[in-house]
Amino acid sequence: MIDDATLDRILARVQKPARYVGREWNSVTKDWSRVEVTLALAYPDVYEIGMSNLGLAILYDVVNRDARFLAERVYAPWADMERAMRAAGVPLYALESRRPLREFDVIGFTLQYELTYTNILSMLDLAGLPLRAEERTAEMPLIIAGGSGAYNPEPMADFFDLFVIGEGEEVLIELLECVSAWKRAGGPRRPDGREALLREAARLEGIYVPRFYRPRYHADGALAALEPTVPEAVPRVRKRIVPALGPAPTRPVVPHIEAVHDRGMIEIQRGCSRGCRFCQAGIIYRPIRERPAHDVLEAIDALLASTGYDEVSLISLSSSDHSAIAEIVEQAMARHARAGLAISLPSLRIDSFSVRLAEMIESRRKTGFTFAPEAGSQRLRDVINKGITENEILETAEAVFSSGWNRIKLYFMLGLPTEADEDVSEMARLIMALRAVGRRIRRRAVEIAVSVATFVPKPHTPFQWEPLAPFEVVTARQEALHRLTQSREVRLSWPEWETTWLEALLSRGDRRLGRAIEAAWRLGARFDAWAECFQPALWKRALEETGLDPDFYTARRRPREEVLPWSVVDVGVSDEFLWREYERALRGELSPDCRLACHQCGVMASFARERVRVPREAWGCP
Amino acid sequence: MTSTPLQRLRFTFAVDGPLRYIAVLDRGRLWERLLRRAGLPLAYSQGFNPHPRVQFADALPLGYASLCERVDVFLQEAMSPGEALARTRAQSPEGLTILSAEEVPLKAPPLQGLVRAAVYCVEAWASEPTDVVKERIARLLAAPTLPRTRPGRGQVYDLRPLIEAIDYTAGEEGRHTLMMRLRCGSQGSGRPEEVLSALELALEHASICRTELIWVPQEVS
Repeated sequence: MIDDATLDRILARVQKPARYVGREWNSVTKDWSRVEVTLALAYPDVYEIGMSNLGLAILYDVVNRDARFLAERVYAPWADMERAMRAAGVPLYALESRRPLREFDVIGFTLQYELTYTNILSMLDLAGLPLRAEERTAEMPLIIAGGSGAYNPEPMADFFDLFVIGEGEEVLIELLECVSAWKRAGGPRRPDGREALLREAARLEGIYVPRFYRPRYHADGALAALEPTVPEAVPRVRKRIVPALGPAPTRPVVPHIEAVHDRGMIEIQRGCSRGCRFCQAGIIYRPIRERPAHDVLEAIDALLASTGYDEVSLISLSSSDHSAIAEIVEQAMARHARAGLAISLPSLRIDSFSVRLAEMIESRRKTGFTFAPEAGSQRLRDVINKGITENEILETAEAVFSSGWNRIKLYFMLGLPTEADEDVSEMARLIMALRAVGRRIRRRAVEIAVSVATFVPKPHTPFQWEPLAPFEVVTARQEALHRLTQSREVRLSWPEWETTWLEALLSRGDRRLGRAIEAAWRLGARFDAWAECFQPALWKRALEETGLDPDFYTARRRPREEVLPWSVVDVGVSDEFLWREYERALRGELSPDCRLACHQCGVMASFARERVRVPREAWGCP
Repeated sequence: MTSTPLQRLRFTFAVDGPLRYIAVLDRGRLWERLLRRAGLPLAYSQGFNPHPRVQFADALPLGYASLCERVDVFLQEAMSPGEALARTRAQSPEGLTILSAEEVPLKAPPLQGLVRAAVYCVEAWASEPTDVVKERIARLLAAPTLPRTRPGRGQVYDLRPLIEAIDYTAGEEGRHTLMMRLRCGSQGSGRPEEVLSALELALEHASICRTELIWVPQEVS
């Protein structure tokens, strides 16, 4: 255990020391001698970001409610803390017990964003553990990962003992039970040590143990197969889902310092029925499951009482799609009017209903109204199945400005499949048309903030076969957009090219990429998601050193026959469906909301067993 | 939601452990949440973004413990200090100990500005023997001026008038306990670290606890 005196001396030297002390309100400190298995939940970025993550909060709650187990938390120490810890010889520790991470039975990392991968290596190293799974002994903690990044586990496969694919609420408990049984049966002292545990774990649905799969490559470098090497390893690991949302965590840890999302969170819906073809979340979180209004309202009450928050965010991929959202907002505001409750709704649709919702919650703060048309031309919006017309966008803008907003925020993407220069001029025209609507209604200058991301074709989406658009094309279009939207009222922003490029590389890579990730880390890559820390040159050198061609992963259109590295993960949605949607995209054909018409994506068939555990209407599927 | 306050309660609290590392703004947020959890009938400020009306005394620097922090909380309904104390204590995180609650007149002047000086108990780990430290203190107190550069801002100021007293209270080789009474307020605040630095000790580490706030005499309510 790290003693107070040592910690005090280290903390006197670092920025934001509250990141590293723990003992926050609602944090759970359990007695180690009374539990069977200890788990450290690790977030590979700073405290303020990690504390805003709902997934880890859910797992912390689920595990700590079980008397047999305990879950503690750990975040990536910022560079100053890493230096101070190394200088003092202090290993990475968990916040609750302040015990070194290597004393835990299991360390579970969440993979939320590819640009945090090097931080995982820093954290393992600071914990005093070898980076590669093969180099760790059975006495060391089992190092596991989950989260949306685990849907392509291959780039990080060398470093983890296993991946949890899909929703962790049930399978994590099963896995901890498995570890408990292994410990009782002798654990690391058994001659087959770690291997025995991993083979047991591989039998659980939703667990992928990369060392039990051997990749084979064609002469041209493309993956030929990922072959199971033990009977416990299934050819494709199907993601786990919970048939219905479990109880929302209502006693979350209240952060010591302002988190990026400094408010309570209640998940109101999982999954999305809109079927946008660029969106990975829209596929991997299927099927759509709602939390009933009554449960949401009770959860809000309990959450506010236990935390003292005055703001709650109703989390979902498309908040206005919850069937009782207006009732929820209205009642929550009425019930907590005296305490001045603020509600935030991320991801509102572009329609007049969403404007009404926003009016209901924005009584306190008129900030901006956010729109995500994603593509500028109608043709391209149809390609991505955004399902929204220009008229609807303009009408919504009219309603927004008429309701008193002076600022709108727009989200677009450049580099979408089939995009041409005309689509970019259409985007500019739409931006300027929205500005004109604003000026007409507001009779003064308005603010149009435009965030233009570069599209990354993500695994398990209809665009998974597509390449990342080339640097020259994206840059030229950014410049064109800039030229065509000259106005003091319009503010454009886009990410650095290298950031998008690295995200594409790491999300689309295969197992060979692990060498490059390790090399980049050894060269000093850390906190790549932070502009002030990101050094793309280190990655280029790492790729050269390891003899990997980044274009092979990012710039190549992959043929349908190619075995995709992430095909070992079965998201329950069929490959045929994704290909069908891809072809429809290229023809500009829309696929309507799947609550209205089933497109046979395969998720109902894949999870027939889960579906019968809950009433039919618990899922959005027709 | 915005409301006229009906009562003002003054809480005295101690800060220790993890709470030492929470900076001023975050400490304010922590109190707001604590008060809402405790279900006190808070009075809110006016405006677009109303906040519970709370006022702190002189801000406690990051890293310091304290035995004597004060916060005034305005309520829109009366509540006995005893009940407010019990309710807030039940909602205090580790490192925050609420020592007392008392009612003060609504019109009493704000806490900020009422503090004239503060007493700090400073434990300093430095290799010098006791008599050397004592001698340095004596020399420091004998100096007519102590020009120093403010850390970070590069501005030159005189530390000497900010020092009211320094007592060497206990110590052994390598570890010294000093009590310092330093001025605070709009004329400038003396910081214990600055005094330590002016003593030119081979300082390895210092732990600082604010033990007493000294009030402007005539205005104590």
